[in-house]
Amino acid sequence: MLLKELSSLASPLSQPQVEKLKQLTAELNAVQLAWVSGYLAATANAGNQAQLAPVSDAQAAQTVTILYGSQTGNGRGIAKALADKAKAQGYSVNLASMGEYNVRQLKQETLLLLVVSTHGEGEAPDDAIELHKFLASKRAPQLNNLHYSVLALGDSSYEFFCQTGKDFDARLSALGAKALLPLVECDVDYEAAAGQWHADVLTAVKPLIQTTAKVVALNDTGSAQVASESEFTKQHPYSAEVLVSQKITGRGSDRDVRHVEIDLGESGLRYEVGDALGVWFSNSDTLVDEILAGLGLAADTKVTVANESISLKQALIEKKELTQLYPGLVKAWAELSASPELLALSEDKEQVRQFILHHQFADLVANYKLKPDANLDANKLVELLRPLTPRLYSIASSQSEVDTEVHLTVALVEDEHQGQTRFGGASHFLASAQEGAEVKVYVEPNKHFRLPEDPQTPVIMIGPGTGVAPFRAFMQERVAQGAEGDSWLFFGNPHFEQDFLYQTEWQQYLKNGDLTRIDVAFSRDQAHKIYVQHRIKEQGQALWQWLQNGAHLYICGDAERMAKDVHQALLEVAVEFGGLSSEAAEEYFETLRSHKRYQKDVY
Amino acid sequence: MSEQKLALNEYLKTDSDYLRGTIKEGLDSSVTGSFSDGDQQLIKFHGFYQQDDRDLRNERKEQKLEPLYSFMLRARVPGGVCTPKQWLGVDEIASTLTSSNSIRLTTRQTFQYHGIPKRNLKTIIQGLDREALDSIAACGDVNRNVMCNPNPVESKLHAQAYEVAKKLSDHLLPHTRAYAEIWLDEEKLLTTEDETVEPVYGKTYLPRKFKMAVAVPPDNDVDVYTNDLGFIAVAENGELVGFNLTAGGGMGSTHGEVETFPRLADDFGFIKTEDVMKFAEAVMTVQRDWGNRTNRKRSRLKYTIVDHGYEKFKAEVEARAGVKFEPKRDVVIGDRGDRYGWVEGVDGKWHLTLFIESGRIKDVPGKSLQTGMREIAKIHKGDFRMTSNQNMIIAGVAPEDKATIEGLARKHGLLGQVLTQTRGHSIACVALPTCPLAMAEAERYFPEFIDHIDALQAKNGISDQAIVVRMTGCPNGCARPFAAEIGLVGKAPGRYNLYLGANFEGTRLNKMYRENIQEAEILAELDALFARYAVERNAGETFGNFTVRTGVVKAVIDAAKDFHG
Repeated sequence: MLLKELSSLASPLSQPQVEKLKQLTAELNAVQLAWVSGYLAATANAGNQAQLAPVSDAQAAQTVTILYGSQTGNGRGIAKALADKAKAQGYSVNLASMGEYNVRQLKQETLLLLVVSTHGEGEAPDDAIELHKFLASKRAPQLNNLHYSVLALGDSSYEFFCQTGKDFDARLSALGAKALLPLVECDVDYEAAAGQWHADVLTAVKPLIQTTAKVVALNDTGSAQVASESEFTKQHPYSAEVLVSQKITGRGSDRDVRHVEIDLGESGLRYEVGDALGVWFSNSDTLVDEILAGLGLAADTKVTVANESISLKQALIEKKELTQLYPGLVKAWAELSASPELLALSEDKEQVRQFILHHQFADLVANYKLKPDANLDANKLVELLRPLTPRLYSIASSQSEVDTEVHLTVALVEDEHQGQTRFGGASHFLASAQEGAEVKVYVEPNKHFRLPEDPQTPVIMIGPGTGVAPFRAFMQERVAQGAEGDSWLFFGNPHFEQDFLYQTEWQQYLKNGDLTRIDVAFSRDQAHKIYVQHRIKEQGQALWQWLQNGAHLYICGDAERMAKDVHQALLEVAVEFGGLSSEAAEEYFETLRSHKRYQKDVY
Repeated sequence: MSEQKLALNEYLKTDSDYLRGTIKEGLDSSVTGSFSDGDQQLIKFHGFYQQDDRDLRNERKEQKLEPLYSFMLRARVPGGVCTPKQWLGVDEIASTLTSSNSIRLTTRQTFQYHGIPKRNLKTIIQGLDREALDSIAACGDVNRNVMCNPNPVESKLHAQAYEVAKKLSDHLLPHTRAYAEIWLDEEKLLTTEDETVEPVYGKTYLPRKFKMAVAVPPDNDVDVYTNDLGFIAVAENGELVGFNLTAGGGMGSTHGEVETFPRLADDFGFIKTEDVMKFAEAVMTVQRDWGNRTNRKRSRLKYTIVDHGYEKFKAEVEARAGVKFEPKRDVVIGDRGDRYGWVEGVDGKWHLTLFIESGRIKDVPGKSLQTGMREIAKIHKGDFRMTSNQNMIIAGVAPEDKATIEGLARKHGLLGQVLTQTRGHSIACVALPTCPLAMAEAERYFPEFIDHIDALQAKNGISDQAIVVRMTGCPNGCARPFAAEIGLVGKAPGRYNLYLGANFEGTRLNKMYRENIQEAEILAELDALFARYAVERNAGETFGNFTVRTGVVKAVIDAAKDFHG
């Protein structure tokens, strides 16, 4: 019997163990599997019966199940850190993405810790959709034996702050489960609150777990495997070298998009196509000087950041977030400046949200002078600002093609108002990086954006703007695999002559027959705007046929509008060419999604 | 098999299904702004060339973008005459559908658009069609735009000559419906026989481009002798009676290949007006059948005449026309320039000739030429005439409308520039950055170059003498540089061959004087010659004649022997 057909009924393993075993072995290649099987056999022969004895229901009940629903990797990071701490305390842990979790398993859980983010107008992240729906449905079981805790991630500038987390909390409670702690709601600066939750929840869990519980061997192997993914992490990034930062929009373009190549050198960092690269950046010297001058603070004043004494200028350049505002800072600045305008604005969430989109900290400094008794000294300033966080970029290359390099497609964020140009922190850093510049990076895996395992499977890639990045990686990978499956790219941007990202590469792929077809939408090249969703509808018949032939569907790019418009277009295609009702169309794509045939990397 | 391999274009034409090729498919390909190699040859017959911005080639390669392809579309406007309404249509297209936002008047009395993206070609051609304009055969191996002296002063004679030019143009158009099908969405009609599709051209059209001009003496603004086929009007008592026919002119040559050379046409004799079509068709079909189809560099009519001999060619033309040439009539042709400013015609109407530097009608800071032309077109009751010197005539203005027209022209910088004699007689081709053939700058550099010439003439006290100066970016000769008293032909960026010795009237070619030199050297050479000319010239002697008389260069009498000799 193949592992993937294994079920708990036919084995001495519990269902969670079966799931974990499948999950683990799915990632292993033949050599690794052989190695693991030898290791397990040896362990069994050594007579360590305690670890390999059939797991009783009582023992299974001690497993702490940690699930995360996360779009950007933050939720995953928090969940993983909690899992590590729980394991360190000797607990048996089942860590999984909500998207991979089998909902029928839920009624057997006793300890469930959830980390889930909220997007847009109170929407669940992709991998949480199914579980979210399940809990709200009639199929949801009574969960009287369950203890749980939810950590909700959100952005308080949005109206439906932490909505998905609130939903989970309310539903679990309604189904009879007992909350270990009140719901924890985290804003964009979640680190401290998340750390506190880790401590609190582990304390709360302790009395519920029998101290005799053992960690099953599989888990050790599992965690060993995770640890060996890479020694470089978000907290310990690799200092890589920028090889190229090449503008790839034409001279007449109104946007500046860069193709950035980074050398991972001897780091041993590996990534798969679909993964993202986390990039730590420094704020620009000019920006920091402007802020210092605006506040009348000396650059060399010593400040303490994370128990380290450094100059204020260094702190602002390397440690502090300057290019993204957060609601708390707007509110604090309203008070520090006593500006009536800012005070009024900070009372209205929607206004704050809009303000944040188009302003930076330097704008606050320039436009809202401190009140005379504000007394903002260097240390207070540093406390006021959030720590610098890395940015994630979908990787635009495959290591089968570029070996130790990693390529990114970076749109320079530029916002000009009142004659002042403000740049996005990371994009400006990468766009102005000279050859040889240092950049700290780590790989952020994205298991929800993967090429089909079978190279014969057709793929439909929808990636307007810089959303095309992972599809460049896909093409490199498929060509390296010698994949024979058809591929179809939808791309869009404002102007054909100026903004056709990687045009010559797509032409080459087409010419070589590696790319089966491409449909492009250049919105500003004619009187009426044409976007990818229009092309999707135009090509609906063919697209439906591809889906009938088993094509996997991928969307990458803007979440706010594009992904929604594209989804709508796909629904219409299913209605028009598949003859489905609108409900059936929704279900159709939901099924595709749960079969991993409809994947999104949107932001 | 000893059969000689034909030039590549011959196979393309044969296989093109009368110029259709895969142009339609090429239009549908949205991943590239270009056409396939083969179609790039065929689209010329439809009036446009594929070009790319050569300034940006390397930069865009780095940007992973294909070259910035665009198209240059040239309209067919026989004799350069168009109505104000047509002009407004032409202007609207330039403003909305081209990236150059300009209209370029050409040396063959038509206009062309630069910077047309592929996706706009069809819209443009349909827009022209609405104004009863087209671009059929404006390029390609066919009879190109027929030139005709636009002299509005002798209005009756001009009208008669213009009628002939228009008839020639229409009669010798390709008949294939490819243009109508591809661009105007007309239905495909089924035809199988060559004779029904292309009665004059046949399946492979001509071996090479074919140019015609109608000159009305005493003007030779159309540079009649530089054309494959020329008609010099002969009038009796102000009525057109016939033409002196000239054949075998052409400017194009290739650097370093002495078997190629520019040539002025031979005189063949007088023909009656009613026989014009017979002779035109005869000359063209002899060229169709005898022209060189193995080497495109030797395929113009001038080489056919040189290779087969004047007498043999003449006899064949007479046989095909069914009419004999009469002895050529005495006519005098002279000035190749335009008469700037206002002139009154015999019918009491007024005509204003505007100097358009390098023919570029565009709004630039300080000069709103395109807006000015538009404003004039909105109120003008006569017509417009594009000249072969890339200028514009606002023709047929009633005396009471003169002031308004002039006011608009001055307001927008179309009039008022102090023009030296030489600048008024000088032309340049487009060249960089769009022309794929250019080796050096022309249009972009020429105004500055003429500044230097003006200064040298002033320095040497010869500003009153008009000198025909022409510059091209390559030796293909769009601005007819080999018929200039001072000809500059691009060799490499910043480097030109300097030609001297053509006469002012355009009946003698020039000859290379210095090869591959830069600006400083060109100006030093000319300064020295101007100094001698100022002192040694005979009364009324033009600069071109002076350089030949004093032995600076030898006169070119028989181009095949003398031009390189």
